[in-house]
Amino acid sequence: MNRDEVIDFIHDEAWMLDEGQYHDWLNLWLPNAVYWMPLNWNQQDPVNETSLLHEDNFMLRLRIERLHGARTFSQKPKSRCHHVLNRPRILELTEDSARVATKMHYVETRLDEQQLLALTVTHDLKATPEGIRIAGKRVDILNCDAAFGNIQLLP
Amino acid sequence: MTEADLKSRVDALIRPQQVHRDVYTSPEVYALEMRHLFRNVWVYIGHDSQTPNKGDYITAQIGDQPLLMVRHTDNEIHVLYNRCPHKGTKIVIDKAGNTGKFFRCPYHAWSFKTDGCLLAIPLKKGYEGTGLEETEASHGLAPVGAMMNYRGFIFARLAPEGIGFEEFFGDSLSSLDNMVDRSPEGKLTVAGAPLRYMHKCNWKMLVENQTDTCHPMVAHESSAGTAVKIWEEMEKPEGTPTPAAMEIIAPFMSPYEFFENMGIRTWPNGHGHTGVHHSIHSAYSDIPGYLDAMVAAYGEERANAILGENRHNTVYFPNIMIKGPIQQLRNFIPLGPDKTLVESWIFALDGAPSELTARTAMYNRMINAPTSMVGHDDLEMYERAQEGLMADGLEWVNIQRLYEDGEDFSEEAVLNGTTERQMRNQFDAWKRFMIGGAA
Repeated sequence: MNRDEVIDFIHDEAWMLDEGQYHDWLNLWLPNAVYWMPLNWNQQDPVNETSLLHEDNFMLRLRIERLHGARTFSQKPKSRCHHVLNRPRILELTEDSARVATKMHYVETRLDEQQLLALTVTHDLKATPEGIRIAGKRVDILNCDAAFGNIQLLP
Repeated sequence: MTEADLKSRVDALIRPQQVHRDVYTSPEVYALEMRHLFRNVWVYIGHDSQTPNKGDYITAQIGDQPLLMVRHTDNEIHVLYNRCPHKGTKIVIDKAGNTGKFFRCPYHAWSFKTDGCLLAIPLKKGYEGTGLEETEASHGLAPVGAMMNYRGFIFARLAPEGIGFEEFFGDSLSSLDNMVDRSPEGKLTVAGAPLRYMHKCNWKMLVENQTDTCHPMVAHESSAGTAVKIWEEMEKPEGTPTPAAMEIIAPFMSPYEFFENMGIRTWPNGHGHTGVHHSIHSAYSDIPGYLDAMVAAYGEERANAILGENRHNTVYFPNIMIKGPIQQLRNFIPLGPDKTLVESWIFALDGAPSELTARTAMYNRMINAPTSMVGHDDLEMYERAQEGLMADGLEWVNIQRLYEDGEDFSEEAVLNGTTERQMRNQFDAWKRFMIGGAA
C-alpha cells in the first residue's frame, strides 16, 4: 500500500462511522482485530485492567446490531456523530502493512446534548486482496480518565 | 430544623409500600441526606492497596465532605478532612499520590504529620500570645468521627458518636468476607483505574437497581437479547466453546423464574443481597489452576464452601455494591439530587491466576462503562425516571412487590428473588439514620 491509499482509508473509515454505514465498516475489520479504547492515559495493559472498550468482531457486531434493535431505548431517538481529522501521521509503512496515528475531534449528539472528545487514533492496517483492512485500532481519548455520561456510538 | 421537625419531614416521605418522589428530586431532602444520613452511617472510603506505602494518599468523600485517606508512618491508615485548618485550602486534589512524611499546604506552607497533627507553621512567632492553641486551627487536619479497616476495605463514620461498625454491618460482612476469602492468600489488590460514569439521576435509583431483578430481561433485551440471538445464529463448528463475553452477558436474559429462585436476603440497617442460591455469575467456566490454589490454601471442604457462594449483588447501605464472585465494587457517589458519579472498581485476587482478573475487567467494561451497551440501557431508564418524577400528577414511587404486612427489618430474611423488600429495607434504614440511627 502507499501513502495516499492509507490516508484515504483513514478518512473513509471515519466517514462510514459518521454516515452510519456500519455493516460496510464491520467488513473493514480482520477477524482477529481488536478495537481498544483505554481508560487510563498511557495504559499499557488492555486485559488485566478495565478499559472503556476492548472489543473483538463479535462484540463490535453486537454493538452495531443493538443500535438498530426494536427495543434499544437509549437509541430512541438515535445518536449522531461527526469526526474531524487532522492529517494522518504515518508511523510505519511497508508494502503490506501500515501504522498510522491521527488526531481527531469527535462530536456525538442526541436530543439536546452534544459532547466533544479529542482523540488520538492509532490504526494498524494490512493489505489484503480485497483492499486495506484493520488489524487493530486504539483510540486514546484526551480526557479518558474523566467521568463521562453515555458515549453510545464509536469514536 | 429541630429534631422533631426533621423526624416529621422524614416520616412523611416513607410509607410501607411507597416513597414520596421528593426523596429523589428535592434539593432540600438531598441537603438533609448530606447533613444527617451520610454523617450517621459507615461509608466506604477506599481500599488499603490504593495506599500501599507510607505517605501514600487518595482523595475521597462522604456525601459532600472532602476527605483524604493516608498511610501514616506507623503503617496505619487515617481518614482526615481534606481541608487546611488555616484558610480552608484542600491539602491534596489529585486522585492518588505520595506526600512523604508530611503534608504541606500549598497556600501558606502549614505542615501536618500524616496522622493530621500540626507539624509546623512558618514564621510561627506571629502567633505567639494570640491564643492559637485555643483554636481549631492548632489541632491540624481534622479526623473523621471513626474509621475501620475491615480486611483491607476502609470505611468511616463522620459523626464522632454513633452506631459501631460491627453493629451497623452485622452478618452482611459475610459478603465482603467471601470476596476476600476467594484469594488463596486472603488478600485483594485494586487492579487499575476505576470506571467513572456520570449519571443525571439520584444516587438511590442506582442503589435500588442493584437488587431490582425484574428489569434485566426487559431493559437489557437490547444488549443481552441481541447477543444471544447473534450467537445462536452464528455459523460455528460443533462444540465451539462459549466465549467469555457470552458467559457474561447472556445470563442477563434469564427468565423471571431464574431471578425468583435465586432469592434475596436482607440484613438489618439497609444491607442485602441478591443471589442466595445461584446468580448470573454461577455458570462461569473454571479457570485452570484456581481451584488447586484454593484447595492448597484452605483445604477441600472450605475451598468448596467459599467458591460455592455465588452472591450476585450485595448492597452495603447507603451507597456501595460489591460482587464477591468477580471481585467488583461499585461506589454510587452523590453529587446532587439529580447527579451521581458511579465509580466501578475491580480487584485482583492475590495468589490466584490472572485470568480471573481479566474476566472481571471484561465484565466491568462490558457492563459498567460509559461506553458499555448494558450501561446505556440502565442510564436511559434512570434519566427518564429522574425527569418523569417531576410529573405532579403522581407523587409516589411504588416499592411494594411481594410486600407483607408487618415486615420487620431488624431481622434477617430470605425471600423470593423478585421481592422489593431490599428497597423497603433501604428506606427503613434511610428513615432511621436520617434522624440519628435510633430505632
